[in-house]
Amino acid sequence: MERIQMRRQLALMRQSFFDQGFLDEQFIQLEELQDDANPNFVEEVVTLYYRDSSRLILNIDQALERNPLDFNKLDNYMHQFKGSSTSIGAKKVKAECTQFREYCKAGNSEGKKDKLGPWRQHVAQGIDGRGQKKKQDLTWQNIVIDKSKIHTFNHQKNGCPSGITMFWFSM
Amino acid sequence: MNQSNCKGSMSTASSSTNWKANDVVPDQFPAGLRVLVVDDDPTCLVILEKMLRTCLYEVTKCNRAEVALSMLRENKNGFDIVISDVHMPDMDGFKLLEHIGLEMDLPVIMMSADDGKQVVMKGVTHGACDYLIKPVRIEALKNIWQHVVRKKKNEWKDLEQSGSVEEGDRQQKLSEDVDYSSSANEGNWKNSKKRKDEEEETEDRDDTSTLKKPRVVWSVELHQQFVAAVNQLGIDKAVPKKILELMNVPGLTRENVASHLQKYRLYLRRLSGVSQHQGMNNSFMSPQDATFGAMSSLNGLDLQTLSVTGQLPAQSLATLQAAGLGRSTTKSSIPMPLVDQRNLFSFENPKLRFGEGQQQQMSSNKPMNLLHGIPTTMEPKQLASLHQSAQSIGSMNMQVNTHGGQGSSLLMQMAQPQSRGQILNESTSSHVPRLPSSIGQPIMTNGIAGGVIGRNGIGDNSRGTGYNQVPPSSSMLSFPMNHTTELAGNSFPLGSTPGISNVTSKGSFQEEGNSEMKGSAGFPPSYDIFNDLQQHQHKSHDWELQNVGLHFDASQNANPIQGNLDVSPSVLVHQGYSSSQRSGQNRNASAVGRAMFSGVECVEQGNMQNFSPHLNNLLVDNSVRVKAETIPDANCQTTLFTEHFGQDDLMSALLKQQQGGIGTAETDFDLDGYSMDNIPV
Repeated sequence: MERIQMRRQLALMRQSFFDQGFLDEQFIQLEELQDDANPNFVEEVVTLYYRDSSRLILNIDQALERNPLDFNKLDNYMHQFKGSSTSIGAKKVKAECTQFREYCKAGNSEGKKDKLGPWRQHVAQGIDGRGQKKKQDLTWQNIVIDKSKIHTFNHQKNGCPSGITMFWFSM
Repeated sequence: MNQSNCKGSMSTASSSTNWKANDVVPDQFPAGLRVLVVDDDPTCLVILEKMLRTCLYEVTKCNRAEVALSMLRENKNGFDIVISDVHMPDMDGFKLLEHIGLEMDLPVIMMSADDGKQVVMKGVTHGACDYLIKPVRIEALKNIWQHVVRKKKNEWKDLEQSGSVEEGDRQQKLSEDVDYSSSANEGNWKNSKKRKDEEEETEDRDDTSTLKKPRVVWSVELHQQFVAAVNQLGIDKAVPKKILELMNVPGLTRENVASHLQKYRLYLRRLSGVSQHQGMNNSFMSPQDATFGAMSSLNGLDLQTLSVTGQLPAQSLATLQAAGLGRSTTKSSIPMPLVDQRNLFSFENPKLRFGEGQQQQMSSNKPMNLLHGIPTTMEPKQLASLHQSAQSIGSMNMQVNTHGGQGSSLLMQMAQPQSRGQILNESTSSHVPRLPSSIGQPIMTNGIAGGVIGRNGIGDNSRGTGYNQVPPSSSMLSFPMNHTTELAGNSFPLGSTPGISNVTSKGSFQEEGNSEMKGSAGFPPSYDIFNDLQQHQHKSHDWELQNVGLHFDASQNANPIQGNLDVSPSVLVHQGYSSSQRSGQNRNASAVGRAMFSGVECVEQGNMQNFSPHLNNLLVDNSVRVKAETIPDANCQTTLFTEHFGQDDLMSALLKQQQGGIGTAETDFDLDGYSMDNIPV
């Protein structure tokens, strides 16, 4: 019973991600790649993505601390981050990255910093879910990335895209 | 990094290669296709791996370009296709692309989140067979096998043709459509070039590496012959069929020539384009000088010595280049011993000629004797001619002149024309070493250049490669200039810049070279080196050196070299010019360059040693000479040839330099030629 409910909830959440534009078709491709031989493929990939992007975000953060800003470096980081995000299907993150890069190109530190605010929040939320950064308010999401909860989800729903994935993309 | 086996049905690696042997693809194909994926993004790497596995391919993933390259090198036939990201921290994706193209001739697919037109264009010019935009979908990956088949198909086609030719009929390969094959090769010039490199085309090239597959190897001598033929015909008129006839090489097919021609043209174009374009080039142009300087500094070549020896134009250049190249050889995947370098030069010279083709001067088929002991008198003329050609080269040549005053000026000028293409090479002092490489191929590390030079000087130059050597260096030199990276690729100097005349044509070439250098042209800017060499070396001696390009009459003196460099200077030289079809030449040049490399490699290693002392001299002289030759002025040429430069001395000097200086060149020779900067000037 509970499992069914959870599944339903998960499915709804997943759909909402797509609807809200957090995820795009690429994510579906990933889901399709998952099969019996690799039952946790999506989860593995997303975990990898988290790890990598946390590192990137950290670098970006550090780079943003500097004064004057090194746009090239920032642009590079962003490019990498964008690449990862597109591969995963994180649509919104990708859009944010693109915009960030625009700012970089314009060399508009002002704009960048402003932009950074909400962007950072988004990202931080996700990272926080992994316990790597402190939480921040999120306007778009009230979902609390609760690791335990997610794991429960995973165990219970074989083959469903991992809950982690869902949450993460809610950024 | 991890060899993954496709699930189930994959045939083993060996089986997937079986199909290569014949036109029929195994039933399982494309299952079992061995793919190497290179990307620094772990997420993407994992996703791609999974997708490829789903397509039933055998996937190996790698997150570092260097590691990928070493894997490819260790196991030359271990992969069928490579997929690489564009932006990587340790090495630029395009650089990797070039390396792979030159060394292994595998199809490479680029991918990136960046879909800007410029980047995609860059992929095309560097020879990528496809460009995917991230996110990569599995549908896009399902079809990548087509690139493998296409490439093989072209290779086999060429092979078959060569096979028939081998009956002894090669010349009249009346290929029904010479043009067709040229254009057909256009897209696969790299492939065919590579193929050619491996294939042993003619008996002449005994030293060339043995065939693994039937590929034509464009050895230095062969290239010189090619360049000579092209020069003779005139760059614009050189068609594969005629070139083939002129070359009269058994076992060579028209297709081989056609693709080589394309490369050569590209190379020339690059040289001229590069020289003109880049500001760098200008700085490089001086590079010619610089290269010369570098060259001299490299191995302490004493231009003067060279000049004294006079005749060692080709040889010295070769040696110089070789020396320079030698250094880089280590770097390049192609282990080109000095000997090889010489070969390179030989090729280079012809190539250089191509460049000069523009100039027209060279087209006169005058043996590149320019360098040969041409008395100083020649210089002025040559200088003049050089100037003309040097237009594109500009400063480069001039710089060379600084060396010696008159002689140097001559050289410079000569170099300039050559340097156009070479300018690239010249940019870095290391150019010198690079020249050889650039000429032959990007691969041709400096060592090669040295080898080439050596050859030239040594006497092999009889083929006229001697001449080539000289110019190639210059061209090569210019090469470095442009791109820091691409020395190797751009150096098509061999063919394209017959030295001086090419300069003009090269201007355009150079530009291309710059961008392309990276990619693939693979004509080492060795030509430039020569030019530089020549210039530096001696003013008066230049003429002598020029002969180097023309004919490495080295045979006269530098017998030690013997063998590979057979200098048919005049032929080669002219070929270089005439074939400087710049537009298409670059490609050919690169092909030639490559061929040269291979040739050079084979070249008498033993000889190289002899050369070392002389090489230096040779190089110096050669470069000088080459320049002289490039100047179409007939007068120069004849006089130049008369002199014999102490080829032996030059060669040895060059060799010495190579050995010593090659170290610096090494960097250049990295295929990517980017290392030009590293070469200590």
